[in-house]
Amino acid sequence: MRATGRRWSEDVVKGVLALFALVSVATTVAIVVALLLPAVDFFSQVSLREFFTTTDWAPLFSPARFGVLPLVAGTLLITVVACLVAIPFGLGAAIYLSEYARPRTRRILKPALEVLAGIPTVVYGYFALTFVTPQLQALGVPVGIFNALAAALVMGIMIIPTIASLSEDAMTAVPQALRDGAYGLGSNKLQVSLRIVVPAAVSGIIASFVLGISRAVGETMIVLLAAGGMPNLTFNPLEQVQTMTAFIAAVGAGDAPHGTVAYNTIFAVGLTLFVMTFAMNLVSIRLVRKYREIYE
Amino acid sequence: MTHRPLTFAALLLALVLAAAGCGGGREGAPARDGGAGEAPAGDASGEQLSGRIVADGSSTVGPFTTAAAEQFQRRHSGVQITVGVSGTGGGFSRFCRGETDLSNASRPIKDEETAECEENGVEYVELQIVNDGLSVVVNNENDWAQCLTTDELRRIWEPGSEIGNWSQVRDGFPDVPLVLAGPGTDSGTFDYFTEEIVGEGGASRSDFTASENDNVIVQAVSGNRGGLGYFGLSYLEENEGRLRGVAVDAGEGCVEPTSETVQDGSYTPLGRPLFVYAKKGAFERREVQEFIRTMIDDNETIARNALYVPLTDEQRTKAHDDLEAAIGEVGS
Repeated sequence: MRATGRRWSEDVVKGVLALFALVSVATTVAIVVALLLPAVDFFSQVSLREFFTTTDWAPLFSPARFGVLPLVAGTLLITVVACLVAIPFGLGAAIYLSEYARPRTRRILKPALEVLAGIPTVVYGYFALTFVTPQLQALGVPVGIFNALAAALVMGIMIIPTIASLSEDAMTAVPQALRDGAYGLGSNKLQVSLRIVVPAAVSGIIASFVLGISRAVGETMIVLLAAGGMPNLTFNPLEQVQTMTAFIAAVGAGDAPHGTVAYNTIFAVGLTLFVMTFAMNLVSIRLVRKYREIYE
Repeated sequence: MTHRPLTFAALLLALVLAAAGCGGGREGAPARDGGAGEAPAGDASGEQLSGRIVADGSSTVGPFTTAAAEQFQRRHSGVQITVGVSGTGGGFSRFCRGETDLSNASRPIKDEETAECEENGVEYVELQIVNDGLSVVVNNENDWAQCLTTDELRRIWEPGSEIGNWSQVRDGFPDVPLVLAGPGTDSGTFDYFTEEIVGEGGASRSDFTASENDNVIVQAVSGNRGGLGYFGLSYLEENEGRLRGVAVDAGEGCVEPTSETVQDGSYTPLGRPLFVYAKKGAFERREVQEFIRTMIDDNETIARNALYVPLTDEQRTKAHDDLEAAIGEVGS
């Protein structure tokens, strides 16, 4: 019989797996550092006040202006409109799938929803530009060829599967006992769904919303193709806007010489974007923890 | 029997690989040479060149170089030619760092760029390779702006311009919002237009859709009734039907942008030469020499096919002489 000593092979496996986990942390740190260094260089030449409070963004023109607010407004406008589409439809789909749908319907509908998630974003972008915008114009909506509305609508559609999937998982995880108890007390299905299940699953639902919002904020291709390339400080979705991500993509693809202030705008805007999504994630973790219900 | 799925998968994989191997083939291999057999023609001496040529720069000149590459690859299919369109400025950045063999430019090289090339030891020769007209374009539904004066264009495009509506451009123009599109600041077309129209290179208002990708400009102008943009004549001719070119009046009357008016100089001030800058170090490779010779000798054909304005005989002779002199220096 073998002596039960320390099994070093187990330690090796543990070490390797821990290494894999650390890689993701290390990558995040590396990204922050890669953004931070040129951004610091940028802010040594452009004041934080000018960057965050002035409203004209024209870093490649002379005289160069560095007010990032038009880009931030563009990002927020598109994110808000996209969420106005994605959240009702996503949550509604999730409630239907979790509470109302028969198993067979669920088997068909859930994969269909996943297909939406699998469509490449560049395809979504061209869909917005070549189908949604002309349709909007045909309906009489006064939009030009580049507009925030088409991009935001399509982005909302893209995010629906994210929200639906995660919310549905959260709702399915609610113990049947809670529902049965409510039925026993005389509730109908709608009351059970909205008053019992959704509040019980609210932690997961909020997490899905935040994930959806993060995707909207960080999405590049759809806005690059369909929302426009002109920074515009507005909250009117019928106008064209340029988001932070679209700006980074446009300047990155062009050829501003390395090391110049114009080039470093990429990193300054990138850092701003990173901080925004990071803050959102922190808020989300807080909320999720606060509302989490642990069953059994 | 238990290996059925595995066998099937293996067969499928083999089939796919075979198909990939048999398909494809050489880009630009002519299918039209009346069944003359598989072997491509080669050049006059029957020699088949191979190698790689890298070009980058102006998006206005890019399509011409690409068309020249296609022409060249009919005789020398083993030569890979890649043409980037980072913009004239971007192209020079790469060129002066030695990253490219040829730099396409829609304006002459600037002093700072010459200095950078010198610093990095990149010697070059400037060749006027084809002519172009910078055309001002409007939406098809725009029936009021048939001709614009250079003064009106200046007032629209100068820095700080407040003109946001066609009615502000000229009395009698309708109340339609002006939607502007044009090349980005890295573009030679941008430099040239601002120099000629606004009076100072690089001076322009900033609230327009700026893109190095001329197709974005086409989209912006053709998709908005009040659209106004500018780019090279070749893009106007290519997109005939999607948008309309505007005649420009520089004080001598309205002149339409066409090949003829550009060549005879009447389309001013927006008729302009386009350039290719070639790295002398690249002349050690035969294929580079031959490619540029093709661009000059077959200039008329290539230009007409690609919708550019060919060089005049004088200009072609000069380009030919400049090229041969530069090659002579390197000692082919």
